[in-house]
Amino acid sequence: MSNDSQGPLWEVFVQKKAGQPFVHCGNLHAYDKEMALQNARDLYTRRGEGMALWVVPSSAIVSSSPEDMGSFFEPSNDKIYRHPTFYQIPDGVGHM
Amino acid sequence: MGVINFEELFESKLAKNDIIEPKDWMPDNYRKHLIRQISQHAHSEIVGMLPEGNWITRAPSLRAKLVLLAKVQDEGGHGLYLYTAAESLGTSRDEMLDALLTGKAKYSSIFNYPTLTWADVGAVGWLVDGAAIMNQVMLQRTSYGPYARAMVRICKEESFHQRQGYELMTHLAFGTPAQKEMAQDALNRWWYPTLMMFGPPDVESPNSENAIKWRIKRETNDELRQRFVNQSMPQIEYLGLTVPDKNLKWNETKKGYDFSEPDWTEFKAVIKGNGPCNKERLASRNKSHNEGAWVREAATAYAKKQNENYEAA
Repeated sequence: MSNDSQGPLWEVFVQKKAGQPFVHCGNLHAYDKEMALQNARDLYTRRGEGMALWVVPSSAIVSSSPEDMGSFFEPSNDKIYRHPTFYQIPDGVGHM
Repeated sequence: MGVINFEELFESKLAKNDIIEPKDWMPDNYRKHLIRQISQHAHSEIVGMLPEGNWITRAPSLRAKLVLLAKVQDEGGHGLYLYTAAESLGTSRDEMLDALLTGKAKYSSIFNYPTLTWADVGAVGWLVDGAAIMNQVMLQRTSYGPYARAMVRICKEESFHQRQGYELMTHLAFGTPAQKEMAQDALNRWWYPTLMMFGPPDVESPNSENAIKWRIKRETNDELRQRFVNQSMPQIEYLGLTVPDKNLKWNETKKGYDFSEPDWTEFKAVIKGNGPCNKERLASRNKSHNEGAWVREAATAYAKKQNENYEAA
């Protein structure tokens, strides 16, 4: 039965309350956008876990690969001057 | 930098208690073990909806019905979390459902026992979910990320399940003599099948060794079973009920209860498909799957049309 499928996979992001970032909470199958959103509500926010939801087709997510992790993030490793602790501030000037 | 030895990297992650994620390299057997375990776990949640669903239309009050509906809905959700966790390892939802519906896949033997009375709904929530929680609390720290994350969500929800079951048992145990008898009868029938949920004794458990080595499990079947008995006894005593086990007694030396093993011959028979309800459970799943086929087809056709309209616009 080639027509019988569970629909494509969607990733679900939930915002706990206004002002907070959307956080990935899981995924689900649905046939279209509307159903993905309704299923996300039923599956991931049955106990007030969120005030807003995003659903994104999993196929639209682009991710880095663990094998390339070293070289991929390497450019930032030697740039310690990007951190505030790299700089000397005289004692007398208070908190900065 | 030389060539990366993936196996060493994997082993070193496990040794550091690091978590393995879907795109990380992992040995084939680790992957296979997880697919088997997580899909069986998912199937158990889905089949587990049936014995309790059996009582939704006959719940004795509106409150009891609301609670039971919410619980059964949760179990469905748990199945869905777990199916997608297994899918992240490279199997598909359709493959897993097919394995369940054709009887190739296993699920927890406990759901092949019938829920004969309303007290059974209490016993299932209290004992069966209680045993499941014991296992699942451990699995929150399992080495595979998506499985661990699903377990964290599941454990949060399961605690309501166990408490509602125990509350139901208190109503019966402190009710009329007939109600108390019903509670005792439920405990008598569910006690040993619940002990079986932790799996065969460690000496005979074929999958345990790898599961511990790979930090999929962190405690053995026997350790979890012992903890469950220790935890349950005060709850049973409070209800004024008794365990159907003459050998059960406190052992001061091991600071735990001694108890009789369940009948492992029966366990094997149920796993093989010869429990009281195996055929009925599979038939129910197949019936609802087949009756839902037109919905899936219609939804697929509708989604296709929506996409065409979107592309044309």
